[in-house]
Amino acid sequence: MADQKSQYKGLLGWVDARMPTLMSEFKKHASEYYAPKNFNFWYIFGGIAIVMLVLQILTGIFLTMHYKPDANLAFASVEYIMRDVPGGWFIRYLHSTGASFFFIVVYLHMFRALLYGSYRRPRELIWIFGCLIFLMLMAEAFFGYLLPWGQMSYWGAQVIVNLFGAIPLIGPELAIFIRGDYVVGDATLSRFFAFHVIAIPLLLLGLVVGHIIALHDVGSNNPDGTEIKAHKDAQGRPLDGIPFHPYYTVHDLYWLSIFMIPFFAVVFFWPEFGGYFLEWNNFIPADPLQGPTHIAPLWYFTPYYSILRATTEQFMIVLAIGTIGLSALLLLTIASSIARGAIAVGTIVLLLGYFTLDPKFWGVVLMGVSVVIFFAMPWLDHSPARSMRYRPVWHFWLLIAWVVAFLILGYLGTQAPTPAATIFAQVLTLLYFAFFALMPWWSRMGAFKPVPDRITFAAH
Amino acid sequence: MKTLMVRLGLIVTMLCGASPLLAAEGGVPMDTWPVDRVQNPAALQNGARLFVNYCIGCHGANLVRWNRLQEIGLSDAQIQQYLIFGNQKVGDTIRNSVVASDQKRWFGKTPPDLSVITRARTSAEHAGTDYIYTLLRGYYRDVSSPTGWNNIAYPNISMPHVFWQEQGPRETRIEVNEARKDPKSGAVQHVNVVTVYEPGGASSRTETPTASLGAEGVGYAFKPLNQEQSRRFDEDVADLVAFLAFITDPTASKRAQIGVWVLMFLAVFTVIAWRLNAVYWKDVK
Repeated sequence: MADQKSQYKGLLGWVDARMPTLMSEFKKHASEYYAPKNFNFWYIFGGIAIVMLVLQILTGIFLTMHYKPDANLAFASVEYIMRDVPGGWFIRYLHSTGASFFFIVVYLHMFRALLYGSYRRPRELIWIFGCLIFLMLMAEAFFGYLLPWGQMSYWGAQVIVNLFGAIPLIGPELAIFIRGDYVVGDATLSRFFAFHVIAIPLLLLGLVVGHIIALHDVGSNNPDGTEIKAHKDAQGRPLDGIPFHPYYTVHDLYWLSIFMIPFFAVVFFWPEFGGYFLEWNNFIPADPLQGPTHIAPLWYFTPYYSILRATTEQFMIVLAIGTIGLSALLLLTIASSIARGAIAVGTIVLLLGYFTLDPKFWGVVLMGVSVVIFFAMPWLDHSPARSMRYRPVWHFWLLIAWVVAFLILGYLGTQAPTPAATIFAQVLTLLYFAFFALMPWWSRMGAFKPVPDRITFAAH
Repeated sequence: MKTLMVRLGLIVTMLCGASPLLAAEGGVPMDTWPVDRVQNPAALQNGARLFVNYCIGCHGANLVRWNRLQEIGLSDAQIQQYLIFGNQKVGDTIRNSVVASDQKRWFGKTPPDLSVITRARTSAEHAGTDYIYTLLRGYYRDVSSPTGWNNIAYPNISMPHVFWQEQGPRETRIEVNEARKDPKSGAVQHVNVVTVYEPGGASSRTETPTASLGAEGVGYAFKPLNQEQSRRFDEDVADLVAFLAFITDPTASKRAQIGVWVLMFLAVFTVIAWRLNAVYWKDVK
């Protein structure tokens, strides 16, 4: 077979003649991937999230070389990394700070999607991949947090695994199955290590690839929420698009460099970040016989933890009223008699469940729902305009109110519960769920502004 | 509304990176350890001297190697000659030779390892260094306690006062406000309780009923019989805490030095990346 002719010269030409996919994929995903030219600040976090993922994997590889996944050695091996391994403290602080910053970046990336309706048709699959990435990231963080084998690692894992024990019938057996022991122990540590260093990272990488492929197939949304593919030039290139490379690579590099300033400031000056990134209690080796007086998960889990704690016996009545209200609203809106019947039966089953099963179980359910609800966004939002720019102003403030509720729930989750704080958390929990549950109705309401045909862009 | 504002204020503080500086609710106020000590090699070396003389008889620092003390200005020979009492080598970690099960029998619990102690004792309320500075200076003679000593920062502590000769005798006055409920009538009575411990450990208690509950927390005052001795002891404890802070986080000062260079590089690189970005985007109309 004759050699393929390549348009490139030298080494690249040699490779291209033998593997044309390399350059065709580079074109498809970078130099000829047309992204809307009106991306703003909120669009920098996708690229930064990839950098954080790579950073976590690279630092993780070096940590794995020195870490010992053994209940008797784990705590000391982490301090060994920080003291005796040359540069080990740097690798470890990059990894621990990287975990928290990864969550900051992912939360901001998700906020962007909520702001501009990036989850709307035809980008539902990108959003689902994204939600799965978020779930995997939570799992990754949870498994990783046990590894230093400090008091908070140990008791945090104990509390979370015990949540599975609240599931009726199979709960207690399931909790033992997860731990591999009656309490969190060496068996738990080694399996969490396996999940943390190989199983979840593999899934994460696969999902990230899916997320990006799906994105590049349908094309990026933009702050106006319009489709740039609707207007193409003679060559079929979107008129409002510019090649991702070099325009957005250089743009992302610039913002990455800014982002790295607070990141490295934390790594070098405040690696514990006041006990929020590395908890003080975690500098005490795990003691299975004596728990800390106040157990709190790391900050990125605390909003959901707050929702779990807010679900008390008294709150079940509020939950019941909310469920009845929502199903009444559904019955009034839906015409299909089969659907109406299903809703009525579902409501009765839920109401029976609320007052027969342990509120702790419903706390676990609500906590799960508070995360999983994100998946439903593309089908909950019925707004005629994707972007907040062209939706009623109060839609924007409703989103901000929800974000504030999320942040305050997060703060409350870091604190020891008091009766007043619990009531406050319950009100915010209600707001958190009402935002989603009523979205099919409120997202249609109000005066929408006309969405422009072409994007709004002023040259820099 | 007021609590909401307080909470919002706390969130702002949290976002600014500072841990909420709450007064220790119901506890004693912590004394402030002089932070600059940790930069002073003479103070750190004095801390090391006190550490090997008074601490490692019971406590270990199993994660710290002796030769780490090179970083506070000591040579291997000095460490071997002046600080290591047993047959350990400078490359060994700081261990003691007490059997943990014996210690548990004697004190009720095994004395904690001191390798990361100032971090481990930090909380949302106080820095670990302040806590240990207060704890080591907070012993008072109390004949009712099994060891003959009690502690203001850690009531009924099982660790005896190892520095009693250095600190010298003191009189101690502890003041607490209590709300007592009568089990029969249910009426609440507010009492101000002052307990005075003589330097010999005998105590006297004065209760004064008050109209309302006074300030929360525990108030205390020490009256040393020898002011000068007590002041010198405070200096020594500050040095010892500096040494504990050093072994807890030995890379802290190196980290800050490198950090300054990294941030300066990033500042310059950001300017370059900013201009590069502007050059590329010039032709996007």
